[in-house]
Amino acid sequence: MEQLVPADHPGGVVVHRRRHRFGRALAPYLLSLPAGLWLLLLFVVPLAVMLSLSLKTCDPATGACTMTWHWAEFPNEISLYHQEFITSLLFAGGATLADLVISFPIAYWIAFHGRHRKNFFLLMLLVPFFVSFVIRTIVWEFVLSNNGVFLTTLKNLHVLPSGFHILGTSWAVMAGLAYNYLPFTALPIYVAIERIDRRVLEAAYDLYATRRQGFMRVIFPLTIPGIFAAFLLTFIPMFGDYVNQEILGGTSNTMIGTVIQNQFLVNFDYAGGASLSAILLVIALLGIFLYARLLGTRTIEQYL
Amino acid sequence: MEFVHVTKAFNDVKAVDDLNLRINDGEFFSLLGPSGCGKTTSLRMLGGFEEPTMGTILLGGQDVTNLPPYRRDVNTVFQSYALFPHLNVFENVAFGLRRSKVEKSEIRRRVGEMLELVDLPHLEKRQSAQLSGGQQQRVALARALVNQPKILLLDEPMSALDAKLRRQMQIELKRIQGQVGITFLYVTHDQEEAMTMSNRIAVMWRGRIEGMGTPKEVYDSPATEFVASFLGASNLLAGTIDSSDAARTVVAVAGGARMVVPSERVPDLGGAREVKVGVRPEKIEIATGTVETPANHNSLAGRVRVSSFTGVGNQYIVETTVGVDVTVYAQNIGQQSAPRSGEEVTLTWPVEHTFIVKPMPQAVVLEETEGE
Repeated sequence: MEQLVPADHPGGVVVHRRRHRFGRALAPYLLSLPAGLWLLLLFVVPLAVMLSLSLKTCDPATGACTMTWHWAEFPNEISLYHQEFITSLLFAGGATLADLVISFPIAYWIAFHGRHRKNFFLLMLLVPFFVSFVIRTIVWEFVLSNNGVFLTTLKNLHVLPSGFHILGTSWAVMAGLAYNYLPFTALPIYVAIERIDRRVLEAAYDLYATRRQGFMRVIFPLTIPGIFAAFLLTFIPMFGDYVNQEILGGTSNTMIGTVIQNQFLVNFDYAGGASLSAILLVIALLGIFLYARLLGTRTIEQYL
Repeated sequence: MEFVHVTKAFNDVKAVDDLNLRINDGEFFSLLGPSGCGKTTSLRMLGGFEEPTMGTILLGGQDVTNLPPYRRDVNTVFQSYALFPHLNVFENVAFGLRRSKVEKSEIRRRVGEMLELVDLPHLEKRQSAQLSGGQQQRVALARALVNQPKILLLDEPMSALDAKLRRQMQIELKRIQGQVGITFLYVTHDQEEAMTMSNRIAVMWRGRIEGMGTPKEVYDSPATEFVASFLGASNLLAGTIDSSDAARTVVAVAGGARMVVPSERVPDLGGAREVKVGVRPEKIEIATGTVETPANHNSLAGRVRVSSFTGVGNQYIVETTVGVDVTVYAQNIGQQSAPRSGEEVTLTWPVEHTFIVKPMPQAVVLEETEGE
């Protein structure tokens, strides 16, 4: 974009160029204006409202809230609902682990053996997710129900005892979570494996690495940032998820997402719900800071 | 190291066609040729990354044709270096030794020595992504050499370096090879690089070896028209063999001129009489006007079409009376004034610098020039 100005032609050209330069300096700000406004109105403002709400005291009858700097709200909520936090941690952790174990071979296979059909296989991975999240989960409820096709058949064949059930158990919730978030795990891992330079792998074989050592010493270490990104992308939304637990879980294994939803929509305890949300946010941020500490901020941009 | 009747076909295309090649211990051998000539495929077969369709590869007398790369006593310096991005310089170099379960103290010592040899002892802890191109190349070299392979394969290792660094690395590489005494098999499309460093060269084209020998042999007595034109510049005149005895062969060139060639430099023509007579541009002497042809010389008359000063010398393009343009390089050694364009000149050169090659089929010549 360099403009060459002839030496014997000052005057008008220079003025012209200055105006251009001004416009050019302004351009990035103008271009980022819509996104900036969007973020301000729909992200920063609600976030500030939510955080300030957690320090207010509300009248359950009228719904009117006044700022009281009620910091005690946080320890109160934690002592009331720490069990639900632990349940969420276990469910989200278990389901994330399951997703990592399931998606690594899938991602590996598509990246190394997908050839010209790579995009087709990735699409296949995503096709179920064109259906709404809630609908998908309800279908799982149908599949796992006591009178559903699978359990009935297995019970008739006496593979399972007649009293056996899945729906309402922790396993059903974890299965639902694992199913619903699988692409968030598989895609970053796929990207990480796909980016590995095949010549680096050849170099490993050339330097006496067997196929197994090539995997352990080259492919796996180079995939770690992708695995961590997959972990964050899966674990954080699962932690706050309430749909799976509502539809597939029972009454004894409530997750924190359900509690927050009830605080707002059933108990009208806005301050309580807001402070629980704030705690959830802090936990998510801790995960991201940990990632940045261990693997650097540059790799986050590449996968998230 | 030996290739015995090795052929590699990808689908129906023969990338390497019945290759027979023997490389001696401690030799610096170059496979030279244009891209797609089969040189890299040959190297990859030796490294174990491709399996030959037919034929045998021997390494130190042992058949390694079907062994995987990690079971071969061969290491490679890759074109892109292919350093391990997650490991530092020390660990990159130590990779092969760790896989072969060498003792820790021994690894320390050998990696240290090798980094000393490639002149990078201070960069042990550096990540490979933070190295310059030249440094990456040295690490790649150290990483391969530290394993003391029977043969080191180098796949166009300098193509990513700039011209100045490349010259420096050529000298360096030759020094390192002399110090470690390992056989080097070097693949390149750069003729100067191959000639500077190699003990012997094989020029490859369309999956076959077109000419092989010391750089001087291959350059001075090219075996085929392809070698003559790929390796340096050549003036080639089409003609027919007129007479031949034990000492000299006479070729009648179009336009009536006769060229004398030493019979020992005539390749096996399989009875054909159609040939091309060649002479390198720097072997020709150029003189203004008509000059008596000295004994044991060939000569051509012509008119200078282009005369250009290149610093180290003058380059002329002379339109000869036989209807072919001949290129002449004259060294700038401060002699009499150079002929100017338009001037009548006589070109003379010694008989022993004249060679004969088998002409390429016309169809091939056309195809090659279009491919450029």
